[in-house]
Amino acid sequence: MMEKMIFGRFIPGDSVVHRLDPRAKILFVFLFIAIVFIANNAITYAILLGFTLLSVFLSKIRLYFLINGLKPVFILMAFTFFLHLFFTEGGALLFSVGFVDVYEEGLRQGIFISIRFLVLVFMTSILTLTTSPISITDGIEVLLGPFKRVKLPVHELALMMSISLRFIPTLMDETGKILKAQMARGSDIGSGPIKERIKAVVPLLIPLFVSAFKRAEDLATAMEVRGYRGGEGRTRYRQLNWRIMDTLSLLLLVGFAGLLWYFRS
Amino acid sequence: MKGTILSFEQVTFTYAPEDKSVKPAVSDLSFSIGEGEWVALVGHNGSGKSTIAKLMNGLLFPQQGTVKAMGLTMSEESLWDIRSQMGMVFQNPDNQFVGATVQDDVAFALENNGVPHEEMVVRVRESLQQVKMADYLDHEPHHLSGGQKQRVAIAGALALRPRLLILDEATSMLDPQGRREVIETIRELREATGLTVLSITHDLEEAALADRVLVMSAGHKQMEGTPDEVFSSGEELTEMGLDLPFAMRMAGLLKQAGVPMTGESMTEHELVEELWTYYSSK
Repeated sequence: MMEKMIFGRFIPGDSVVHRLDPRAKILFVFLFIAIVFIANNAITYAILLGFTLLSVFLSKIRLYFLINGLKPVFILMAFTFFLHLFFTEGGALLFSVGFVDVYEEGLRQGIFISIRFLVLVFMTSILTLTTSPISITDGIEVLLGPFKRVKLPVHELALMMSISLRFIPTLMDETGKILKAQMARGSDIGSGPIKERIKAVVPLLIPLFVSAFKRAEDLATAMEVRGYRGGEGRTRYRQLNWRIMDTLSLLLLVGFAGLLWYFRS
Repeated sequence: MKGTILSFEQVTFTYAPEDKSVKPAVSDLSFSIGEGEWVALVGHNGSGKSTIAKLMNGLLFPQQGTVKAMGLTMSEESLWDIRSQMGMVFQNPDNQFVGATVQDDVAFALENNGVPHEEMVVRVRESLQQVKMADYLDHEPHHLSGGQKQRVAIAGALALRPRLLILDEATSMLDPQGRREVIETIRELREATGLTVLSITHDLEEAALADRVLVMSAGHKQMEGTPDEVFSSGEELTEMGLDLPFAMRMAGLLKQAGVPMTGESMTEHELVEELWTYYSSK
């Protein structure tokens, strides 16, 4: 199950989207989230959907892969769809099943909201699928740069994020080891009623916590010895370069927003 | 001997200064390391080895005595200057890997010291080449073996072009192959650049490669000398909980059994040499 999930996963590739500057991609997605709310009729929602599919195409991610990976999201989408379908009143009465009346407006709203949802999930997934976590961190650090003025610890936040990302596989391995060790001692984690299973997780979590703290201490020492003194006077090994394509992609988005504005009712 | 890189002058350190019943972790310790030397600091658990390491890089300050490094006396002010001239590799390969990939990790100390980007790129490659990890630039730490991770850590230390490289139990968590990789890397580095190395270890086989060995026990310096001199006092070492290298124990036992051994062979290779020359001259 975990293998199919694509939230936060990065698929290395060589598409136009992959090569964009992470800053451009993050800005793009944030602006896009705002722009989505311009759409308010059939034409604009169709344009929205078309634009998203074009982005998927440009990122060279297979649509099937994307849909397959976002299955849990579709359940949520279906839920909101039916919620609107059953509870929004207005327009002509289409049909009624028992005590539930379905109106024209409800159907419209249901479809629109679902598209909005789909488009947002697709776009954010494209961001994480085409950008390595470390690049996203770099991008966020630079984009949040201005907030240093108001004492936001931008550099520290970015470093924390990159270290957490770097330790995920290490801690996963460790969890596997502890799990096996506990199983060898007769603990049964995979079966029994929920309550028992939750209880069985405790002997897994405690050793994991202990070792995570130990690691944190070691890491802090290693960082200090290697001269880490916070963000002041630090240079960056990873350089971001903003190219013409990045400017173009944001211009494209502005044009797209104009188009939506023109067609909205 | 050229200049002195690091020296301890009558250093005493205790973790509980108020409590007189607690024995100091390091007491009245003096030693120095000259430029270009390879010194091994050996001792059993609790002998004060790791405290010494922490005193060297300014994580701890002694209650008595002074620690001098690169001609500077260790203090809050000189701390960062000293740290930028010494590289340190720790025991756990995972817990000292800061960057997301090999090259990021090697660049970490350079970033901290404000080295410009162009210079960083050059130095990262150069130091990875020195430890033969240049093909792994973009690898993530969980795809590397323990030995490889330690070599990356060495590269990370070398990138700063330090005058002293300290290995704090750097091989103790590795499998035999990883250990060999790391020791071999250090040996080659020493041959190529004459780097000063201090290895803190309880592995006497590693210590046997050093120019000079310091033996610590219960916070005191017990012995000091060349590996030959130190290892010849076999029993004392065993009493301190240190195991002689296999080749030396073997030679000792052979001697007891009446085979005329010189007792100078410290590595397996030397032992084999001695044995076959003895056998063919018989």
